[in-house]
Amino acid sequence: MKYLSEYRDPDLAKRYLKEIQNATSQAWSIMEVCGGQTHSLVKNGIIEMLPEHINMIHGPGCPVCVTPLRLIDKAVYLASNKNVILCSFGDMLRVPGSSKSLLEAKAGGADVRVLYSPLEAVKIAEDHPDKDVVFFAIGFETTAPANALSVVHAYRKQLKNFSILASHVLVPPAIEAVINDKESTIDGFLAAGHVCTIMGNAEYHPLSAKYKVPIVVTGFEPLDVLQGILMVVRQLEKNKHTVENQYSRIVKEKGNPDAKAMIFEVFEPQDQVWRGIGKIPQSGYAIKEKYAEYDALRKFNVDIPEAEENSNCISGQIMKGIKKPFECSQFGKTCKPTNPLGAPMVSSEGACAAYYHFSGRVEE
Amino acid sequence: MSQSDYLKMQLQCPMPKLDFDVITLGHGSGGVLTNKLLDSGVFDILENDILNQRHDGAFLNLKGKTAFSSDSFLISPIFFPGGNIGELAVNGTVNDLAMCGATPQYLSLSFIIEEGLKMTEFWELLISIKWACQNAGVQIVTGDTKVVEKGKGDKIFINTSGLGNIHPKANIHSKNVKSGDKIILSGHIASHGMAIMSLREGLEFESQIESDTTNLNHTLINLIDKFGAQIHLTTDPTRGGVATVLNEVAKQTHLGIEISQNHIPIDPQVESACELLGLDPLYVANEGVFLSFIAKEVADEYLKELQNDTNGANAKIIGTVVEQHPKQVIMESSIGGKRVISMLPGEQLPRIC
Repeated sequence: MKYLSEYRDPDLAKRYLKEIQNATSQAWSIMEVCGGQTHSLVKNGIIEMLPEHINMIHGPGCPVCVTPLRLIDKAVYLASNKNVILCSFGDMLRVPGSSKSLLEAKAGGADVRVLYSPLEAVKIAEDHPDKDVVFFAIGFETTAPANALSVVHAYRKQLKNFSILASHVLVPPAIEAVINDKESTIDGFLAAGHVCTIMGNAEYHPLSAKYKVPIVVTGFEPLDVLQGILMVVRQLEKNKHTVENQYSRIVKEKGNPDAKAMIFEVFEPQDQVWRGIGKIPQSGYAIKEKYAEYDALRKFNVDIPEAEENSNCISGQIMKGIKKPFECSQFGKTCKPTNPLGAPMVSSEGACAAYYHFSGRVEE
Repeated sequence: MSQSDYLKMQLQCPMPKLDFDVITLGHGSGGVLTNKLLDSGVFDILENDILNQRHDGAFLNLKGKTAFSSDSFLISPIFFPGGNIGELAVNGTVNDLAMCGATPQYLSLSFIIEEGLKMTEFWELLISIKWACQNAGVQIVTGDTKVVEKGKGDKIFINTSGLGNIHPKANIHSKNVKSGDKIILSGHIASHGMAIMSLREGLEFESQIESDTTNLNHTLINLIDKFGAQIHLTTDPTRGGVATVLNEVAKQTHLGIEISQNHIPIDPQVESACELLGLDPLYVANEGVFLSFIAKEVADEYLKELQNDTNGANAKIIGTVVEQHPKQVIMESSIGGKRVISMLPGEQLPRIC
């Protein structure tokens, strides 16, 4: 397929692998921040092809995995309201809340719909004036502009029956939190290409300089990821630490100004809780006062107690790269994709699910 | 004019004049309206000697080893590019019988209709059912019609069950699958599922993606005639796609399966649609393709024969059965890496980004 097959060329992949091998003189730990990159590493079998001393650590960049448990409980609670149509991205549906997932709520009669775009939810609200439509707006900086746009559309149309249950997370503060973790062993980062498509690279220069780590903004196709790894390794071997852009066919230094303007029209930074990791300062978006009536949390005043995470789940350590999934005592035993204890076992971007499938365990 | 065009033209019979435009609850009551509906066309369109007896059940003379299969069809929308639920219901059961090595002969046909279905739509489905039956060479010999209240169905659900005589040379069973067998896929994957998904999501491509629904029985019988017991297993990867079926075979046989991503036939437009919607084509439903597990000695010859058939023009050998990694399916990715292809824990959900 044009624009895809070029980035899946087996001969070029072999050449990159050889280059990585030749460039590497010692062991390096590299974190791919984005779940999409984890997915690509696993789907294409890249982890097994890399030289032994390149240790890929799978970062917290799976928005489904880091959405707080309490917020999922709130979504389930809202969905159970007979007057609510709850709309969500697909892979959010299977994530376990403290009592049930959205998929289970749907089976119980809730009107839960899978959408590809938040604007579809606005259309549903227009078509169902007698119902309250709530869009479960999760994601990184990548999905924030479209989520913001849905609010702006609803505002312009003066819709009273549309709101978003927002949980946005931001990559640069997460990278900083991961670096600052006492147990962290990460030498370099592949930054998330699609996040930088929106935000540009500006936020990464101070991070790279302050912590002396190479950061390479990287795409998602197999050759992108391999090239990104090679660029990080070359910097590490030369003791350099700078921000480089592997994904230059898409990412511009300043990002997408229109998309950024849309984000900041509707949202402002706030402290954010990441499931499994905890609160990270200024790592999320709150809905601005101007659009308060489109904030489902304020509109419905959902008061749900904080639920206990499963104490056996070490997803926080997994997402900070401190432990690998197979180092968890529950992995593949009590915790499987059909019965996930924590979110990384749910999404195909989650490190545990990725390892589970890759390890080839046969579920009976 | 092709045979199918000719048949379609013949079947463009005008809908009878009826005093109702939509199906109502009364049409499933068994009373006057039910009889009116059946007499107005159902029996006429589907007629054959056995159905014409109009008894509570069909009287059949079965000889020899017989295959029996049943399937229910629920699909939204009921009309889609490349087919409709009526055609699908006939082809689905016909193909399940064909995968057993049988020549499909008799089908039952049962409707569960949601009240409000337009008569014109019901009529079109009946014509398609007749057309699909003629193409496959099967007869509808018994059936049923029930109507449910508005909101308790999705326009129409169809169940078909079928009987077919097992070909004397056929010996198709997963226990026959051996290490070394070649795995042959008869055509492009994921077309049916993506035709439906593209329609639901309002995606438009340069040319429309069409469902591959068709009968496979003539293709299969021809292959069994020529290759007999060298065909160890045939199976159609409908719901759950190629990945799910391969996993089922690996588990049943306690053998390993190795496939190569570069050899899996897929239409470029369908591949693009899968990329756009974040779906893995290996798990997307098919209707008109099948997988064969063939003794390695005759695999190339089998492939050639299959490629000469209209249903096999894009056929390819996609992999091999191996002793290693029992019960597992492993795929070599397009760049040469390896990964396990597992079963999905539930339905495939699109990824957020």
